[in-house]
Amino acid sequence: MLRRERRSVVATEAVGPYTLLRVERGAVDPGAPGQFFMLEAPGRLLPRPMSLALAPPGELAFLIDPIGPGTRALCSLAPGDQVGVLGPLGNGFDLDVERPLLVGGGIGVAPLPYLSEQLGGPPAVLGFRTAWHAEAAELVPNAEVVLEPTYVTEAMHAGHDVLACGPEPMLEAVRRLTPHAQLAWEAPMACGYGACYGCVVEIDGQLKRLCMEGPVLAAA
Amino acid sequence: MRLLNASGCLDALAAPEVARSLDAYVTKTVTPLPREGNAPVRIAETELGMLNAIGLANPGVDAFLAEQLPRLAELGVPLWVSVGGFSLEDYVHVAEQVGARDEVETLELNLSCPNVDEVPENVGEVVAAVRAVTGKPLYAKLSAAVADLGATARAAEAAGADGLSLVNTVRGLALDERTLQPVLARGAGGLSGPPLRPIALAAVHTCFRETRLPIVGMGGVARGRHALELLAAGARDVAVGTALFADPGAAARIRGELDTELAALGFVKPDNAVGVAHATGDATLDPRSRVSVEKSLHIGAKLSG
Repeated sequence: MLRRERRSVVATEAVGPYTLLRVERGAVDPGAPGQFFMLEAPGRLLPRPMSLALAPPGELAFLIDPIGPGTRALCSLAPGDQVGVLGPLGNGFDLDVERPLLVGGGIGVAPLPYLSEQLGGPPAVLGFRTAWHAEAAELVPNAEVVLEPTYVTEAMHAGHDVLACGPEPMLEAVRRLTPHAQLAWEAPMACGYGACYGCVVEIDGQLKRLCMEGPVLAAA
Repeated sequence: MRLLNASGCLDALAAPEVARSLDAYVTKTVTPLPREGNAPVRIAETELGMLNAIGLANPGVDAFLAEQLPRLAELGVPLWVSVGGFSLEDYVHVAEQVGARDEVETLELNLSCPNVDEVPENVGEVVAAVRAVTGKPLYAKLSAAVADLGATARAAEAAGADGLSLVNTVRGLALDERTLQPVLARGAGGLSGPPLRPIALAAVHTCFRETRLPIVGMGGVARGRHALELLAAGARDVAVGTALFADPGAAARIRGELDTELAALGFVKPDNAVGVAHATGDATLDPRSRVSVEKSLHIGAKLSG
């Protein structure tokens, strides 16, 4: 059932340059790792899509990079503030994998803490711009961190089932290396439930509506 | 009053329960051939509104009729099909095919395509040509961004339109915060949301005076009050667009708020509010002054009663 719920903010925590926004879960289903929620951004017309970073008991937690007016508004929420939450939406990662390796770049680390928890803490390779950004790696157990100019693809070990989230160039590089990887893509999104047709990404010359077909897509 | 979605703002097959919350579902625009739509980035939030350049993505009329329409009919919601094209022949082709189907209640002509100049002659020409091939109710969806909307509306009426849908988006541009380059891959896009409200009100107000056609008012409707104002300006029905993106439950909420607004002003039902904004106008300017005066007296009675 598509219903926007109003939830209270429990806390916000700084994680490097990012903010971990923790809201009351109530009866909202946290969904599968890689699925996302549309979060109402105070003072903005459109909500923002955020994958679930963690599902602590009774809470939903989102890792947010304050890069624009909507994400800045979300990061400025205070405990007790109300926020509209719609989800879980989209298709998450397929957890039926033999030898998982999590790969993340920048704020693409967002869905990986929850994914790691669900997979029992598999190895991870995380790439960041600076050591400050890399503080987010603390949310992911068993993570090897690389900083620019080293790329995650240089630290990836062969023979794994790769589950990746990060900027488009990173995802393209990962899929060239591991054709069977599961990749979580990102796009501007107005609705999250198939209405706006705004969130398409072009993959192999085909436009895919991320909220319906993704955001996690098979690489091949 | 019926509450509809604005065309292109809802995929009923992806969100059937949202479609069922409406009095009628309006499809995305259907064109003769399949269209993948524009390359990303397709949408952007602006200071107060939203831009989109989706590019009329749709499966084309053949696939629409074969694959989507039967499934849409199962929803049990009256169906309006938005008809689009890039030439007179396109409109006629799609309208003839779609109009022949029993599942379809109404055709809405999307007369705001970038490649179709919306001068009165063109609107009249398209409406007349489509009128000749279908007996279904025919609504002309117009843009407010024309020199003389009243003339355009009269042309649609004279050509046989049964109603008007007002308004479509207006062109806008957003630049990236850092690079100062257009955010949308296509450059400009259609502006929707709150900035359209006064534009839609003016368009509805004008066309209510200039024609006798029933009007579906739309443009930034997010609260019951917005719907009420469109009714007052002359809309008989109201459509919700961008507000659905943020809140799939917007229709039910707006309906509830509208009931409260109407009750507070003493209106027994939405239809009683239609056109009341014209009640105090100069009678010599309004061909329907008698109607307006009656409405005025009616409101007076309601307010004092």
